[in-house]
Amino acid sequence: MKAAIYYKTKKLAVNTLIHLFLISVAITCLYPLLWMIVSSLKTQDMIFKDISLIPHQFRLENYIKAWQEGGFGRNFLNSILYTSSVVFGIVIISSMAAYAFSRLRFPGSKWLFIMFMAAMMIPIPGSFVALYVLLNKLHLRNTPIGYILCMINVGLSTSIFLLKTFFDKMPKELEDAARIDGCSKLGIWWHVALPLAKPVLAVVVVFNALTVWNEYILALIIFDNRQFMPLQVALQTFQGEFVTNYPLLMAGLTITALPIIIVYLLMQKYIVKGVTQGAVVG
Amino acid sequence: MKIKGVLENYTFILPAVAIFSVFYVIPFVWVFQLGLFEWDGISFARTFVGLQNFKEIFFQDKSWWQSMWNASYITLIALTFQNILAFMLAWACDREIKMKNFYRVIFFIPPVLSEVVVGMAWRFIINDIDGANIINRTLTGMGMPNLVHNWLSDPNTALTTVALVHCWKGFGWGFLIFLAGLQTIPRELYEAARVDGASAWQSFRKITIPLMIPVMVLVAILTVLGTMQVFVLIVSLVGGEFAGHTSVPVLRILASMRGSSRFGYACAQGITFGMVLIAISFIQYRFSKGRQ
Repeated sequence: MKAAIYYKTKKLAVNTLIHLFLISVAITCLYPLLWMIVSSLKTQDMIFKDISLIPHQFRLENYIKAWQEGGFGRNFLNSILYTSSVVFGIVIISSMAAYAFSRLRFPGSKWLFIMFMAAMMIPIPGSFVALYVLLNKLHLRNTPIGYILCMINVGLSTSIFLLKTFFDKMPKELEDAARIDGCSKLGIWWHVALPLAKPVLAVVVVFNALTVWNEYILALIIFDNRQFMPLQVALQTFQGEFVTNYPLLMAGLTITALPIIIVYLLMQKYIVKGVTQGAVVG
Repeated sequence: MKIKGVLENYTFILPAVAIFSVFYVIPFVWVFQLGLFEWDGISFARTFVGLQNFKEIFFQDKSWWQSMWNASYITLIALTFQNILAFMLAWACDREIKMKNFYRVIFFIPPVLSEVVVGMAWRFIINDIDGANIINRTLTGMGMPNLVHNWLSDPNTALTTVALVHCWKGFGWGFLIFLAGLQTIPRELYEAARVDGASAWQSFRKITIPLMIPVMVLVAILTVLGTMQVFVLIVSLVGGEFAGHTSVPVLRILASMRGSSRFGYACAQGITFGMVLIAISFIQYRFSKGRQ
């Protein structure tokens, strides 16, 4: 009896310690975000005086100012446009290729697949220099379409890998049935394979959306004009212009961060899946 | 009929191969080609200099090796502090514990944010305003006001501060991978060890650690590859290379390209850096194979 109480108390103590540890790390994770959001709701003179995390002021004027004067509305729409078109492109192109690598026979398929996989493994840190030269030659630099094509390429290999792994495990019966009904290969890919692949497609969509939304270096070297820039690069310019206006800057940061946090909270199941599957790749 | 079928199959991979060839293969080849030239990126004339660029990197460019050292320093902190923290958190969450999912969701918020957002938000918190500087305020509160200073504008602490913010942003990755790895360990092993009278520490050392070594190597490789290439965080946190104190290889490549308009040299730096990265991950991989 005494021993049972001893073990129970010990377990309780250990669990409390573990929770304390976990909670303190969780607070550290959330603190800068709360700070950012609360500061964006204050006025410039209050930000130096009021340092509590509970907002005593609730002013949305920083957001309006950032959106209009700071030109953030434009950049926000750019980010939305780039993210959605790149993700759409990757889903179509990589699922077609993955389906072909998994199901269709053609000479050289093995080597092409190996090439895509090698691209996933080999880091080339200087590639943006050559990409800049290439886009200049193609007259695609400082154009949205140039950026979109580059970003589709960035996500292609990993997406093909994830989708091919899924197609390889998918039973062939449904496709056979569709073929007997006279469905073309393209029709089978669109009507049978893609709907079945929805869970993996969700992972592909979420991960590529994160990558494109947060991308920085290519946008930096490709765009000269502020009107084409996505949020991440525009923030830097913005910081230069409004260097002392912290609430305004924090409003800009919140505009940039909030969509991705919301997407993450809604889709976090797929993100966890993606990280653990992606980890198996290495 | 058969040829037509094969052609039809090729149309499936055509878009992927086209984009990949133009935007991956061509730049890949050009990086190696340009590395042998001296070229300003604009003019028609390129001067072939052979391996001169590489010679300069290896024997003259002190700022390059300084940047390599800085990146290694950040990587070392990430490999130890960040990964040990990630492992401890994963281990704590692997137990039968309440709110497991809550913690998992929170810990992965920093990794989904962009480096620009993370850098600017942290810069605001730890440097710009004294009153709001949470670290300085804590130090004052703990009776150590003499330690208070501007962490990001002091050359002695800037790089370490960058490294710690990098760890804050990155530990969630390691945490998720470690947690997934821990969950694949069969519970029966722990049960059996407990029946045999093993203590918690013994089963941790004899079961958890050996089974987790492949996962640890994987996380270590990912950490090295990710951390060595860090630079956006530095731009948004410190503002730039800070006279070399916070310069890293990618910033050096960018400076060669945009600052001094030496495209060939920038490519040579990229190749050198890429080789180093591949070599490191290969050594880590071999090391893990040797241990097993």
